[in-house]
Amino acid sequence: MATKILTGNQTAALAAKLCRVQVIAAYPITPQSKIPEELSEYVERGELQAEFVRVESEHSAMGVCISASLVGARAFTATAANGLAYMHEQLHWAAGARVPIVMPVTNRGLGAPWTILNDMQDSIAQRDTGWMQFYCLNNQEILDQVILAYKVAERLLVPVMVCFDGFRLSHTMMPVEVPDQEAVDAFLPPFTPAYHLDPERPVNINPVVLTDPIPGADGRLYPGYMGIRRRLQATLESALPVIAEEGRAFGERFGRSYEDPIFRYRTEDADILFVTMGSLGSEASEACDVLRDQGIKAGVASLRVFRPFPKRAIRDLLATQARLAVVEKAISYGLEGALATEIKAALYGLNGRQPITAGYIVGLGGKDVKPLDLCEIARQTLSFGSHEEVPEHSIWFSNEI
Amino acid sequence: MPTALMDLPEKEYILPGTRTCAGCGLPIAYRHILKALGPKTIVTLPACCLTILHGMYPKTPVLVNAVNNVFGGTAASASGLAAGLKALGKEDYVVLAMAGDGGTFDMGIQALSGAAERQTNFIYVCYDNEAYMNTGVQRSSATPSGAITTTTPVHPKEQPKKDFIQIMEAHHPAYLATTCSSYPMDLYDKFSKARHIQGTRFIHLAVPCPAGWGFPTRETVKIGRLAVETGVIVLYEVEDGIFRLTGKSLNLAKTRRKRPVEDYVKTQARFRKMTPEQMEAFQKAVDERWEGFLARAGI
Repeated sequence: MATKILTGNQTAALAAKLCRVQVIAAYPITPQSKIPEELSEYVERGELQAEFVRVESEHSAMGVCISASLVGARAFTATAANGLAYMHEQLHWAAGARVPIVMPVTNRGLGAPWTILNDMQDSIAQRDTGWMQFYCLNNQEILDQVILAYKVAERLLVPVMVCFDGFRLSHTMMPVEVPDQEAVDAFLPPFTPAYHLDPERPVNINPVVLTDPIPGADGRLYPGYMGIRRRLQATLESALPVIAEEGRAFGERFGRSYEDPIFRYRTEDADILFVTMGSLGSEASEACDVLRDQGIKAGVASLRVFRPFPKRAIRDLLATQARLAVVEKAISYGLEGALATEIKAALYGLNGRQPITAGYIVGLGGKDVKPLDLCEIARQTLSFGSHEEVPEHSIWFSNEI
Repeated sequence: MPTALMDLPEKEYILPGTRTCAGCGLPIAYRHILKALGPKTIVTLPACCLTILHGMYPKTPVLVNAVNNVFGGTAASASGLAAGLKALGKEDYVVLAMAGDGGTFDMGIQALSGAAERQTNFIYVCYDNEAYMNTGVQRSSATPSGAITTTTPVHPKEQPKKDFIQIMEAHHPAYLATTCSSYPMDLYDKFSKARHIQGTRFIHLAVPCPAGWGFPTRETVKIGRLAVETGVIVLYEVEDGIFRLTGKSLNLAKTRRKRPVEDYVKTQARFRKMTPEQMEAFQKAVDERWEGFLARAGI
């Protein structure tokens, strides 16, 4: 174990190296570019034994990862923003093919209009592709969650996006505790796929399926399209205990537990909780300290795991609170932030124990979110006397025109 | 030395009972491709007529490993197979990417161009039936001018076929060849050769389509032969930059007995609205291309 000062992108690349990825598909996009750059150095210097495929697009990057994974190689790529959007078709294909790819997403706003700066519209827009989505508070979590993601992905055969804020983490240096290679090897054994290509027993992977179950040549009944879709959902429904178990095992080995899908800060006695994701969780923690100095009991619940959605943990934590400020860097246009919708949905049906919940859209396209802004959000949320006083749609928190 | 018919491997890799249309030229070609490449082939294929041949879950008539991929991603998928196999030390597999003209000339061009530029170690076959046949005969950039399709239903396609083979040759692949399903021995020999070459190998495979072209299902082989005999399809290969006419095309070059394209055009309902001017332009284009090939071949 050694402490290094690293940017988020350097951390993600180092994590991939520690995971001994075997095939890397690389296409550059700001603010992710440093990840493939670092990895290409590792490979060319012989520090990492991997096939480095310099693809011509993100669509192809994911295509390479899917097929490499299907023949049994541990596959890796990273992307952001429009690159992620360009992959969209392949994201469905990866989840449907049940390949355990891990992909850092360096969160960036989606054009048009253009921005290279941070928000989470890119990954939130890929919420329904069947991938798991982890979000990182800081660079240490990037390292840890990439390693954890491979462990979970290969156990469940579901791909994982490890999302972290562009520039705010990707280009910011922080101290990161880097475990020894041997320790990572002990935690994450080599990828052994559920099936391997065997000329004696050839298979046709991802073929056309019919709607209804159909008997195979062996007389067994095989699922139709819906049955296969249901199996993916069933896996994701049962994924949180696996994530918790591996997160606990990670903690036992490396000293930082990820058993809890929610990062909690001063939640026990809080009158108001910030509910958020990513580096905003760290910002909100700062705001909490300020607010508590001013006599306002604030806390933070920051989701590390967004898919599968930790509904039960959210209920257990949030239903006892009086006020929630759901603060997020993405919006589902025409309604509100997706996180706000999902938090409210998780609390539905708790016999009137729903806290007053206000949604806030902040930080789009790199807009700075200061702790004092979050303090103001807390005070505004506390001012709502009833559910009826909360605006119908998320509140845009910004001094912009 | 061309393989003799009696020397073809007896082993079949496609079982009877594929889901292709009656008279489809594709299974004839695919049967011989797999004979040439053998059991350690992994094929990757997008949405196309070959998907139909491969059947529906949980049954397949194909006895080699196969991966289905997205429409525009065949060459990327093949790049992933090649990289994964190399990373795992499984170097004795043959990676075969096989897509139709829509998935190659149109949507697949980016991934294929990228993979070819990287000199990825795989064989890419574009089987060309000159339209989006799997979705019901819509125009593609491989459709020749003068052809009726379901998206050029009243006025036949005006633009000539995209010269995709030339685009691929500009990538300097390790091996490039053209062939046709009506000449199984020619294609068997070319795939046998391609199998033992490293790097990107591109093979253009002309496949007549009775449903899309409008001819009786019993005439598939004859139509493909007419395409070659008229010079519409020319059989050749480019290896280490050296151009060679092969098979029937070499024979035609030597005997100078190329037939008029009208003999080919009149056999197919898709050309029923071709004007005399279009026919003349078609003949002229075929002749010019043919003369160019003769010059390249030094004949």
